[in-house]
Amino acid sequence: MYYREVSKIVKRKKEGLTLQFIPFSEISNLSSVERIKKLLKIILDNKVVVLQGRLKPEEESRLIEDTMIMIGNIKGFKGVELAVVEDNEEKTFFQKMRFGLAKAIAGQQNSITIIGPASIVKEMKRDPKRLEVMMR
Amino acid sequence: MKILRDFTKRMFNLFFRRNREISLGFYGPPNAGKTSLANRICKDWTGEDIGKVSKMAHETRNVQFKEEVEIKYKDKSLKFKLVDTPGIATKVDYEDFMKSKMKKKQAQKRAKEATQGIVEAIRWLDDMDAVIIVLDSTENPYSQVNLTIIGNLVARDIPVLIVANKIDLKKSDIKKIEAAFPEYEVVGISAKQGKNMDEFYESVFKLAKKA
Repeated sequence: MYYREVSKIVKRKKEGLTLQFIPFSEISNLSSVERIKKLLKIILDNKVVVLQGRLKPEEESRLIEDTMIMIGNIKGFKGVELAVVEDNEEKTFFQKMRFGLAKAIAGQQNSITIIGPASIVKEMKRDPKRLEVMMR
Repeated sequence: MKILRDFTKRMFNLFFRRNREISLGFYGPPNAGKTSLANRICKDWTGEDIGKVSKMAHETRNVQFKEEVEIKYKDKSLKFKLVDTPGIATKVDYEDFMKSKMKKKQAQKRAKEATQGIVEAIRWLDDMDAVIIVLDSTENPYSQVNLTIIGNLVARDIPVLIVANKIDLKKSDIKKIEAAFPEYEVVGISAKQGKNMDEFYESVFKLAKKA
């Protein structure tokens, strides 16, 4: 369901814009450092990453740290825009238990993370129900 | 398990760390009013400021702190080390500073310092006993930076208080912040005008109990 929405989420305004979809299985076996390295490599290639699932909070903060270090060292790089779209549906107690168990086994796949270079993505506006991605 | 851990932590604090200083961090996005709030507290209890404030983003580019700040509320008093941190952002563009008539070299220098400040702020997270997240109540609270900061604090088991600043402005909407973070206590204040500081100090004492 989320994957179909991605095409609606990202407004393609700039010619030559590339979205790179990464299924969670592609990063699930990587260490935190390798995950961030992989994502930043794609972003530095001027592509917008659409990741199935989300990073752990400590990985997100590490991504911000690495991004800040790169701003000073890579010419023209201004940072990233980042947003996570999650399933906000109210769940019953048993649904929560089921989702919790699935999350523990397979990781948090029930969300989508979008990360793009700030030189291409101007802004990501989020509210609980939708995400708007504005391109430069 | 968590109940047992919290109980042990409380007992330890009660017997061994009664007079200790609580490291209280001010985190949030740029220009939310972290330094204004830290200044307000410092002025109220020490008569001094902690740092400079300005309308331009990334004015605070280093972690700055004030030790031995004794805050009194009703008949209780607690000692804090206030830690004011640079605003956390995912992008820093020197050209944004040039829009405020800053010269290119100066803007580049400010951008570099801002990026270093963000790294420093994130690294300081581990040293906090409790954190106040300062949000601009006129802005959309659903930014990923806010969620990332809170997620990191939860992962580190650090108690959080959310402050909705700038309630003196017309566009201010505390309800939006409360709706975005329903699990947390949200206090609306105006650090600039000193509005609702009594309720704020009451919440700080509640927060300190959890630390």
